[in-house]
Amino acid sequence: MNAATLSGELVVTALRKWYHRRDQAPVHVLEDCSFRIEPGKLTVVMGTSGCGKSTLAYILSGYVKPDAGQVTMDGKPVHGPGPDRIMVFQETALWPWMTVTENIVFGPLARSDVTRKEVTQKALGLLRKFGLSEFKDKYPGQLSGGMKRRAELAQALINSPKVMILDEPFRGLDVMTRELMQEYYIELFEETRLTTVFITSELEEAIFLADRILIMGDAPSRIVSSIEVDLPHPRTFDVLASERYLEIKKEAIEVLYSESMQHAE
Amino acid sequence: MKAVEPPASNSVVRRPLNWKKRLPRMNWRGSLAVGAFFIAWHFLVLLKAPGFREVSSPVEVFQTFINQYLNSPKYWNSWLASFQRVIYGFVLAQILGIPLGLLLGTRETFHKLVYPIIEILRPIPPLAWVPISILFWPTTELSIVFITFIGAFFIIVINVHDAVRNIKKEHYWLALSLGASSGQVFRRIMLPSVIPSIAVGMTLGMAVTWNVVIAAEMIASDSGLGRLTWEGYVSHTVPVVIIGMISIGLAGYLSTIAVDYVEKKMMPWRTTR
Repeated sequence: MNAATLSGELVVTALRKWYHRRDQAPVHVLEDCSFRIEPGKLTVVMGTSGCGKSTLAYILSGYVKPDAGQVTMDGKPVHGPGPDRIMVFQETALWPWMTVTENIVFGPLARSDVTRKEVTQKALGLLRKFGLSEFKDKYPGQLSGGMKRRAELAQALINSPKVMILDEPFRGLDVMTRELMQEYYIELFEETRLTTVFITSELEEAIFLADRILIMGDAPSRIVSSIEVDLPHPRTFDVLASERYLEIKKEAIEVLYSESMQHAE
Repeated sequence: MKAVEPPASNSVVRRPLNWKKRLPRMNWRGSLAVGAFFIAWHFLVLLKAPGFREVSSPVEVFQTFINQYLNSPKYWNSWLASFQRVIYGFVLAQILGIPLGLLLGTRETFHKLVYPIIEILRPIPPLAWVPISILFWPTTELSIVFITFIGAFFIIVINVHDAVRNIKKEHYWLALSLGASSGQVFRRIMLPSVIPSIAVGMTLGMAVTWNVVIAAEMIASDSGLGRLTWEGYVSHTVPVVIIGMISIGLAGYLSTIAVDYVEKKMMPWRTTR
């Protein structure tokens, strides 16, 4: 895929976000949060829990409006949700009352882009690719955690998004499934070069997947550091044993450590 | 009860309702306990234990039932009358309550206008509506149906209202991301996600409906199973009181099975687990 077809550049400028909830003190989540997501790259956003990672993801997706600052996608300001930016949520968002296939074809049919026949064909192709053919007529409640995650990826990809936003997608999976899903996603990414914002609080996951790691500070947070991960593609778990991996890990730990020390003082 | 028996039981077997599964499972301990219950009842009555002087024995109840009630159109009409009231009140409560709950949950202005009224009326027990209902409605029948309706109405409204307000934001957001229109979001996301709460409302509503209809019949009506039981008491024929009680229990049980069946049909994704 050449550079001209790459799209999905997100530019985030000076975001500020306060949460005002009734009967609660207002919470200042983001302040002066700026960064750029390069097209065709996998950018991992890391931070401790409660630092505003999910809020940031909601703003990128257009579900939540920032109090100040803006997000532009390929030069155009983001005003709300759209099929060009699709988010995979921490907890499964598959609709339990629809079968796996119905969940996947929902998007294209809702926008009436295509006929039901075409989109069903496409969905079956994706299900085959994701190893879910046998489960096409099952309900999400009948799938395992890993299968749900794959079904969600299929549900997103059928809409040909320009950016995928994954908010701690593999949290809550067992270690084996989690590693399989990481491998799965990196293969998918290497194949499609689909611009990805991947949010996690796990350092190993971050380094294994990332082209670049953005580290968030504590709330009200902004990006405090950016680490280039120049490990070779295609990535396999072998990189976890490489010297470069350990160097990057050391560098990241230092940043995270000094950040948490600052706040402890 | 004579020659028609075999085909009748056949048709029951073929029905989609799986009666075997729905009837309470009893092992030998259960059967023993039920048998012991009837024997204890019988002997307590025979021995004229305190409190049991006026109670009739199970044998007497059974005999009265076979001889006077099994073939009595009046008895079966009581069933019919009570069931009719329950069904009218219950169905009306669903037809009006579900849309009202949806409106209250989705329209902020409507919510601010109407919800306080609901909150004022909701804590009033359905039976407290009896006098005003008799004064308001032209016939007793209408007033009993109305009271029954009240019993199920607020339950379903509150259940649907809470369900709409608690829809997982991810479910809603995902549909918006995928480009669904507000009509599609309503039909494909909002309605299905409140179905489990409608089911809960229906189960609770059915139970309350039977409570209410029996009491209302005792107070205000001249027909129905509640009235039958009350007449037994007034005329001091205790077997009739007990026949009434057992009939009401059975009627409630049958209604629960029916509601259960409808709920399973409404939520195919829950039953295929």
